Amino acid sequence: MIYGAGVDVGSTQTKAVVMDENRKVLGQAIIPTGANVIKAAEKAFPIAVKAAGLHTQDIAYVVGTGYGRYKVTFGQSQITEISCHARGAHFLFPSTRTVLDMGGQDTKAIRIGPTGDVIDFSMNDKCAAGTGRFLAAAAEAAGLELDEIGPISLKGTRPVKLTTVCTVFVESDILSYLVLGKKIEDILSGVHKAIAMRTLSLAARVGLDPEVTFTGGVSRNVGMVQALEERLGLKINISPDAHFAGAIGAAIFAVAKAAAIGAEK
Amino acid sequence: MTDTPKENPKAAGHVHYQGRMHALQKEIITRWYKELHGVWQRQQASNAVPLPGSGATGAVPLMISGNCVELLQAFDLLPVYPEINALQLAIRKKALEYLLKAEDMGYSTDNCGYVKADMAFYLEGAETAQGTRIPKPSLILNNFVGCNTYIKWFEHLAHFTKAPLFTLDIPFLQGEEPDAGQIKYVADQLKDLIRLLEKVSGRSFDIDRLREILKLSARSEELWSAIKMTAKNNPSPYEAFFDATTMMGPLYVSRGTPEGVRFFEEALREMEEKVRLGVGAVAKERFRVVVEAPPPYPYFKAFRDLFNTWGACSVASTYSCVGGTFEFGFRHDPRDPLNSIARHMLVHNVCNRNYIQRYDQILRYIKEWNADALIIHSVKSCRLFSAGHGDMREFFTSKGIPTLYVESDLEDPRYYSPAQMRNRFDAFFEALEHKKYSTKGAGV
Repeated sequence: MIYGAGVDVGSTQTKAVVMDENRKVLGQAIIPTGANVIKAAEKAFPIAVKAAGLHTQDIAYVVGTGYGRYKVTFGQSQITEISCHARGAHFLFPSTRTVLDMGGQDTKAIRIGPTGDVIDFSMNDKCAAGTGRFLAAAAEAAGLELDEIGPISLKGTRPVKLTTVCTVFVESDILSYLVLGKKIEDILSGVHKAIAMRTLSLAARVGLDPEVTFTGGVSRNVGMVQALEERLGLKINISPDAHFAGAIGAAIFAVAKAAAIGAEK
Repeated sequence: MTDTPKENPKAAGHVHYQGRMHALQKEIITRWYKELHGVWQRQQASNAVPLPGSGATGAVPLMISGNCVELLQAFDLLPVYPEINALQLAIRKKALEYLLKAEDMGYSTDNCGYVKADMAFYLEGAETAQGTRIPKPSLILNNFVGCNTYIKWFEHLAHFTKAPLFTLDIPFLQGEEPDAGQIKYVADQLKDLIRLLEKVSGRSFDIDRLREILKLSARSEELWSAIKMTAKNNPSPYEAFFDATTMMGPLYVSRGTPEGVRFFEEALREMEEKVRLGVGAVAKERFRVVVEAPPPYPYFKAFRDLFNTWGACSVASTYSCVGGTFEFGFRHDPRDPLNSIARHMLVHNVCNRNYIQRYDQILRYIKEWNADALIIHSVKSCRLFSAGHGDMREFFTSKGIPTLYVESDLEDPRYYSPAQMRNRFDAFFEALEHKKYSTKGAGV
């Protein structure tokens, strides 16, 4: 049996996935990236290998992805998270044609072909407006935990209109609504709607063909899922594994590369 | 121990790996800077402009786009290109200190980076990275081709240097061709300019001298076009974006001189030799791309590496046509000097042409130079060049041409994010690689 691994070093979290040649996920790991990117990769990889019941030397090929992909020093090659999320989303939902990937510091819309290949993509520019970081800043401003804001936002009935999706100004925006006596659920509902609007305008640039699959850390936020679905007018695919889509995609590339090397030998 | 050719390539007469073209380019630019410095030294000594006698009579800032350098040369006036001042600072990683100085003076962060860097450069004494000085202008020639920011830029320059300002009004080209009235409008302004140039240079206008200069320009333009055509070969011997940028110096400074003609002859010979040997401009050409808009000068090498990593060679670029769209046939005409200069400024440079014409130009590049993709590098500083890039991306994508759209700046390093830029390039080429080279469909 050939084993491959994908290590996705994101700006906030590092994910690792171990897979066999039949594309069965055997083990996974997730840890905070922190300040030392190399160490984060070195730490996440053995956890996933152990969860798979294997040893690191059993892994024939490792692909690094995410912003820290060139810091996966033990990896044999690097592939962008755009290609990896495309492959991972296709693995999770084979009819996917559009991937929305919302991570800690960027948001991407990726149009993919029937086999999971990237046809086109767009992403936010240098500024982190409307990304996971924006949600974290909103949570901080509201004095809540990041995991809490999605469920609370679902209770909002009269969402406020945010003047900005700027991560720097979100705090003063939220505070000014609190001063005005707006309910926290209405404010947070407004926050999620504002991001959904921005994300879908990014996606409109590449064309929004169904099925749409939501990946990345923010896909765990139920408020975001609902805001996107409302704005889109259709159901989007979500999966408990969607957070790992980049690492899954990288692992798929890894087993394919390992198999190709094996075939050459 | 004696040096053998193998141990010391220079001793054996070998040139730097970049080729003779780059060495000659350096010579031309260095000499130009030295000549400008000579004018500055004489100004220091005499504190008088114009300067009679042999050699350059003075220096005149003008804009690169559709420049009429031949007219200056006819009066022995040296051109100064404020854009080159600015990009030289950027490429040498010195732009930010000048940008901040300009912002301290009150320029907005949203102003064009070229304007800010160049204004601060002048106010700080105009010392180039080579240690030479740019002299006080004899005249400021606001040729206003395709850039309205230039009007304000040159007004500021005139204010601070107290040099006379002459503005040439070149109407934007709206249709395919200008009407006869527009050509006359520009040619009449050129006549006014000539009278002024006589005054500032102390020389009389000699139409035959201008004809000679235009004849040499036409020859340089012919050779430059032939060089661009060599990029149709596979692999392309010529890097039509990054190397073209290097070659633009000689094109703007000396195309109407024997030295300029010699440069382009040598460069063409080098390209033809590379074609004969099958040597490409990038080590192993895997992709052929067309590039739209200027490079990010503060990250010039890093940006080039993004192409090189993927074996991507630029086979054509619109930026190399800022000074003239010569590969599509235009030549200065010594038989009709002023009308031909007017036509160059009105019609035959990329900045004064309309967007539909730019689309057509890029489509021709893609087809005739057999390119795989288009890369648009939109710059924050230059709205004239960058407005409409989003639509351009849509247009080419809808034509089935893979198009990468990235943004940063030509002068301001603060707008460039290395990690994001790399991510976009890598993802784009990963997809392009799959499209071009994968035969299995799924790719994995």
